[in-house]
Amino acid sequence: MSKISLAHGSGGIETSQLLARLILNRLPEWMKSPDGGLGLDFPDDSAAIPVGSGYVVTTIDAYTVSPIFFPGGDLGKLAAAGTINDILMLGGKPVAVLDAIVIEEGTSMDDLSRLVGSMISLLQEEKVCLVGGDIKVMPRGQLDGILITTAGIGVASKIIADKNIRPGDKIIISGTIGEHGAAILAAQQGIKSDEFKSDVSPLTKLMLPLIEDYAEDIHAARDPTRGGVAMALNDWARGSQTMIVMYESELPIREPVVNLCEMMGVDPLNLASEGTALLAVSPEKAEEVLSRMHELGYREARIIGEARERASSVGLVVLKTLIGGARILEPPSGELVPRIC
Amino acid sequence: MGQQGDLRYLTKKLFRDKVLASQIIRIIKEYWELLRARKGVEEVKIMNFCGTHEYTTTHYGIRSVLPPGVNLVAGPGCPVCITPSFYVEAAVKLALEGLTLYTYGDAYKLPAVKEIDGCRSLSDARMMGADVRVVYSFLDAIRDAAKHDKPSVFLAVGFETTCPAYASGIVNRLVPENLALIMAGRLTPPAARFAVERVGAVSGVIAPGHVSTITGAGVWRFLPEEFDIPTVVSGFEPLDVLIAITLILKQLLEDEPKLVIEYSRTVTMEGNRHAKRLLAEVFDTVDAAWRGIGFIEKSGYALNENFSRYDAFRLYGIREPSREEWRHDLLPGCICGQVILGAAKPTDCRLFMKRCTPGTPYGPCMVSVEGSCSIWARMGGREALVEVV
Repeated sequence: MSKISLAHGSGGIETSQLLARLILNRLPEWMKSPDGGLGLDFPDDSAAIPVGSGYVVTTIDAYTVSPIFFPGGDLGKLAAAGTINDILMLGGKPVAVLDAIVIEEGTSMDDLSRLVGSMISLLQEEKVCLVGGDIKVMPRGQLDGILITTAGIGVASKIIADKNIRPGDKIIISGTIGEHGAAILAAQQGIKSDEFKSDVSPLTKLMLPLIEDYAEDIHAARDPTRGGVAMALNDWARGSQTMIVMYESELPIREPVVNLCEMMGVDPLNLASEGTALLAVSPEKAEEVLSRMHELGYREARIIGEARERASSVGLVVLKTLIGGARILEPPSGELVPRIC
Repeated sequence: MGQQGDLRYLTKKLFRDKVLASQIIRIIKEYWELLRARKGVEEVKIMNFCGTHEYTTTHYGIRSVLPPGVNLVAGPGCPVCITPSFYVEAAVKLALEGLTLYTYGDAYKLPAVKEIDGCRSLSDARMMGADVRVVYSFLDAIRDAAKHDKPSVFLAVGFETTCPAYASGIVNRLVPENLALIMAGRLTPPAARFAVERVGAVSGVIAPGHVSTITGAGVWRFLPEEFDIPTVVSGFEPLDVLIAITLILKQLLEDEPKLVIEYSRTVTMEGNRHAKRLLAEVFDTVDAAWRGIGFIEKSGYALNENFSRYDAFRLYGIREPSREEWRHDLLPGCICGQVILGAAKPTDCRLFMKRCTPGTPYGPCMVSVEGSCSIWARMGGREALVEVV
């Protein structure tokens, strides 16, 4: 029986397989990206279309989350920040956003107004225009609540394409891991605690200065959303033909998040972040970039691993564990569901 | 949630300490060299009985730091993996007939052998529109079922750790009228006996810590006493497992197989008397089937006469297969039965990560995060790791 399951949408292996089958395998190479640009030829946050001496950077994402209001944010903020971050991660400066809002009949007008309000106020703070959009209403039961799709447009003089990782590059993360995913998981499980708060926020204040000063040294940038750090790193290792080694003792994961994950049987490295950047930086400039990140207010930023050349293990992400052992960090697979014991 | 400064937090830090770990690993290597030199031992095969021990072993890369002759094999300690296909089929059938079906996230994905109207699992049934609800505990199902009148069934899998929760809900009259159970609970010591009798020759057993908090460590006495197998009841932090390995090697070296509680933070010889009383009050211990293995004597929990009104099978006229009627319940090519008994590694299966993946599980051990195949799929048991250590 071949039907769509929730696993197909969890951002892990099944999503990649579905994408390949549904779209990528059906496109001739020329259709995947314009000459000199970046598109479906490589998994990245955004696409880049060469225009004049620079690029137009563009991206689109459909946002759905349950609950729509969660500690630290809501669906509207998520849609705006997510799209801004995708533009930034390719080295672009966000300029404008378009939205498509699909609403289930019977949805509370107040809720809808709050969501759209928080989307607009975030775009306003970020000085990003909202230049177009669409609203549709679906009969009750044909959609669970609200779905917001946002497309983003930005400009870049140079893009950060993730396939440029080289052996020796240091992997840097800008903040603690899995905060958004943990907040959603806790909310879904009815855990009321001040400990969990989504990190959803635009990364403009971090990325624009870094792009300005270190465009040549940052070889890859990703905001590890769906699929988490594990998915992002596996994409990188496979795409760049390196082995990525991570140091578990260096991973910034807050204790409550660790505990929640242990209780629920999920790996924090598979949980989404919505305001955290993962960078691969040349070894010569890694420390400098790190200090700059600290100066910019990202105090939890740290080096958590490195890319290595290792013929036998190309494409693998290996984690050096707390006790000095090693394990392979696989890309996430299946649905995230709580387990029995 | 553990805070810095509280005892649980400190314990966790201590039992994940890198320096201590390297010291223990050094002792393991010394004992191993002595075993080889003094006794000519070529391989030590230690069965880590519990799914969570297999998780710890793989998660912390314990195999990659052990001497090549010290092998850890996983045992039948994953409750989802061993739940007979029959129960899943019954649950799918009831779900498709319109009942509300509750279960845990991993049992929700568990595939049956037989398709019922095109559905192999409760997750398939949900795709077809059945009302299947994933819960974190029996109590969550009780609370949810109390909010509606729909006839509901809980697919109650689990070992001695999970079953007291069912018993407690029943004894304390918390279960609403519309909620019944497919009782698939199992007891672990009979399966351990079965594994060592059938598969034989394990050099040591790391016995389950959480099960033992309920049953008491005493239930494992038969392993050293009848089979001369050093047995250590261990906790679930990496140092717990490393210490257990050390203690087993020490016993092998001294030729003194005995039962030791390493997990003395929570385990006693007697166990949890309250939980044991609840289990005895609600359940009969019966001969029961284990998936891919068959019937094991006195290894199942069944609701006794006093509480049979909670029995979904009785309520909906479903008859459980007898020992004679039981049929091998793995799909062709699946070797989960051998993996469960520690006779094969997940990578020995030719379907592993090909036909059978965590997203599209074919065999039961690929489903639960405690299943050996799922753990190996997610974290690798591959030899390449040694070069990184």
